[in-house]
Amino acid sequence: MDYFFFLLFALIAVVSAVNVVVQRHPIASALSLIGVMGSIAVLYLALGAEFIAMAQIIVYAGAVMVLFIFVIMLLNAGAEERRGRSWTAQLLGAPVLVAFLGMICYFIQREFANAGFMKFGNFSGGSAQSVGLALFTDYLLPFEVTSVLILIAILGAIVLARKEMD
Amino acid sequence: MPDALQVLNNGVPISWYLMLSAVLFALGVAGFLFRRNIITVFMCIELMLNAVNLSFVAFANMHKQVSGQIFVFFVMVVAAAEAAVGLAIILTVFKNRETLNIDEISTLKN
Repeated sequence: MDYFFFLLFALIAVVSAVNVVVQRHPIASALSLIGVMGSIAVLYLALGAEFIAMAQIIVYAGAVMVLFIFVIMLLNAGAEERRGRSWTAQLLGAPVLVAFLGMICYFIQREFANAGFMKFGNFSGGSAQSVGLALFTDYLLPFEVTSVLILIAILGAIVLARKEMD
Repeated sequence: MPDALQVLNNGVPISWYLMLSAVLFALGVAGFLFRRNIITVFMCIELMLNAVNLSFVAFANMHKQVSGQIFVFFVMVVAAAEAAVGLAIILTVFKNRETLNIDEISTLKN
């Protein structure tokens, strides 16, 4: 059952990610990205990270992607035109990327082959209670600094996006 | 085949999760390098962040510690802030240049 769900949602995630990269229209890429984030949230649930899975759905698939789709519609972004790229990029791009991926997979297989197994329910430390406990004891200072970061980001976004007023 | 059943019963190896994360990250890099629309490039950055988050959660499961998930929480916060500021910058660039093509936004080049 663990294998079935992992393979199903890994397949959905990879197909959606390929779709993000190959679609020419930004709105299609954005909708595929929501698919990637949803299936990754299911994988988080399988790994025992309940709180993070819900935060993934709410923050990423909800808030961030709505922001993206808002901007796409606001700017009326059309399909991007294909233009000639340098022949080195066309010729070497895909093989170099596949070699990079193969190298990473080789090292993962070598270093983490005996890293253990994910079995649903073998780790239950990801509930909202345990995440909150760690967040407000061991990680209190980073948590508070984060609120300042958010404040600065809000101010920056407002300053950048406001209309020029005389 | 009792052996095969035994293997299936053990659960999914953590390394498979790490490989899925690597595949998603490579796809994000590909989109970041090959796409020409600035919004799509930005979405590919989000895809890379998600891939890294997946490997953090896999490591949290592997070590049976919650710290990895705290890291994912902070990455999410930073990604949300980054999306807000980045999209505001895109809006400003579009207002001034009337284009979303990153080849035409090259004032800082040279």
